[in-house]
Amino acid sequence: MRGSVAIAGVGLAGCGEAPGWTEIEIAAQAARNALADAGMTTRDVDGLAIASTNIFMSGLALAEHLGIRPKFTESSMVGGSSFLGHLIPATLALNAGLCDVVLVAYGSNQRTGVGRAQAGKIKAALDPQPFEQPYKPFNPPTAYALAASRHMHQYGTKREQLAEIAVAARQWAQMNPEAFARKPLSVEDVLKSRMVCDPLTVRDCCLVTDGGGAYVLVRAERAKHLPKKPAYLLGAGAAHWHRQISSMPDLTVTAATESGQRAFDMAGLGPEDVDVLELYDAFTINTLLFLEDLGFCNKGEGGAFVCGGRIAPGGKLPVNTNGGGLSCVHPGMYGIFLLIEAVRQLRGEAGARQVKDAQVALAHGNGGVLSSQITALLGTEATL
Amino acid sequence: MSPPSGPEKQYLDKLAAGRFEIQRCAACGRHVFYPRVLCPHCGGDRLDWVAPSGRGTVYSTTIVRRKPADGGDYNIVLVDLAEGVRLMSRVAGIAPEQVKIGMPVSACIADGMVEFVPA
Repeated sequence: MRGSVAIAGVGLAGCGEAPGWTEIEIAAQAARNALADAGMTTRDVDGLAIASTNIFMSGLALAEHLGIRPKFTESSMVGGSSFLGHLIPATLALNAGLCDVVLVAYGSNQRTGVGRAQAGKIKAALDPQPFEQPYKPFNPPTAYALAASRHMHQYGTKREQLAEIAVAARQWAQMNPEAFARKPLSVEDVLKSRMVCDPLTVRDCCLVTDGGGAYVLVRAERAKHLPKKPAYLLGAGAAHWHRQISSMPDLTVTAATESGQRAFDMAGLGPEDVDVLELYDAFTINTLLFLEDLGFCNKGEGGAFVCGGRIAPGGKLPVNTNGGGLSCVHPGMYGIFLLIEAVRQLRGEAGARQVKDAQVALAHGNGGVLSSQITALLGTEATL
Repeated sequence: MSPPSGPEKQYLDKLAAGRFEIQRCAACGRHVFYPRVLCPHCGGDRLDWVAPSGRGTVYSTTIVRRKPADGGDYNIVLVDLAEGVRLMSRVAGIAPEQVKIGMPVSACIADGMVEFVPA
């Protein structure tokens, strides 16, 4: 798989607020933008991938909306990491010659759309979780709070250290004109803001925005002849060990330990080779756990590791350079935005927040409640 | 198909009748929670019902913050039972802030749910 395919186009749509737009319409706008970036239109697409928390048979819905009759459709739903997960079957399909151009898209009107409370009730009725629901967890925050609480107990991690992660994300967002939350934010602000689920305040939690994203995946040979600098897939790995937080074996260790190792093995790279990281930061504890589990620091040392601006602009390790789910955009599922920012960094298109000479980017997606973990390594032509 | 209902319904029926039981795999001897058809450790398909000791330890804890008008704050824990299984629950009888990781607790049934009190 290494180097056999590349992302040739990326696009965003409706990030922030998109009142009056449906999910599939936002996805279609993002698709148009990603295809235009790749020098294509919907007429070039013969493979499709999408995931949705709301749209039943979303692959069919998107194909119908765009007027595409795909030879390959992938709509696996493993939560926010799905759009990194799509890379794997899409690469296999491209390499097997089943199709030539795979469009991966997502759209959500989570912020301004109506009927969220009602939808939650319907989902609970269709998929009751009788071993958790009676205790009324306010998920997802409750599950991540339980993980943060355990990490603090086991390793002495401090709320101030988690807050540093939110502050770093905000500082990156301030350099990104497309980010949703750009006001100054201090560690004290994070600690003093409204507590949601102890120890996580509202500033330890991601944004709730609208938004969509899309990318176009093609075989490497074709990518060379398209307008934009290709971002080659160097490695990918997916792992999951539980769905419900009460079934997670150890709340301080995620399946990113496994997905990351497999992605690095495939790429023939290690953490020391990565120039820029995009980690799925639905909550501040995520960034900390993934830095540990992906091998950027030892288990239990994430709190100390993120201090002193190490992951902020100007720090040693650039993490979540768009501002992340904490400060840039988080429309229900964030995964596709990780890849879009990674590609922009590898192309050198990231403006004020551009990481100098970025050759290898790591994008790590999380789904469910620290459940699905999917790691992808992307690189420029120099890394092939 | 026998027995006449799946393990989830059997568990919930027992609970409604005032009994908290978990499963134990006849093949590998490990305890299993939540109730399942196949042992998640060894794949064995004979899972017997056993009454746990009820002794447990708080593995993690959080407080869901809620406006007083909506009922106020409440506690959610993960408890590790002495039998080696983990479950979500709540600790009753003390303020949410006083629930600590490592605290020994014991199981009881209240409102048709398994909850814990400090041991």
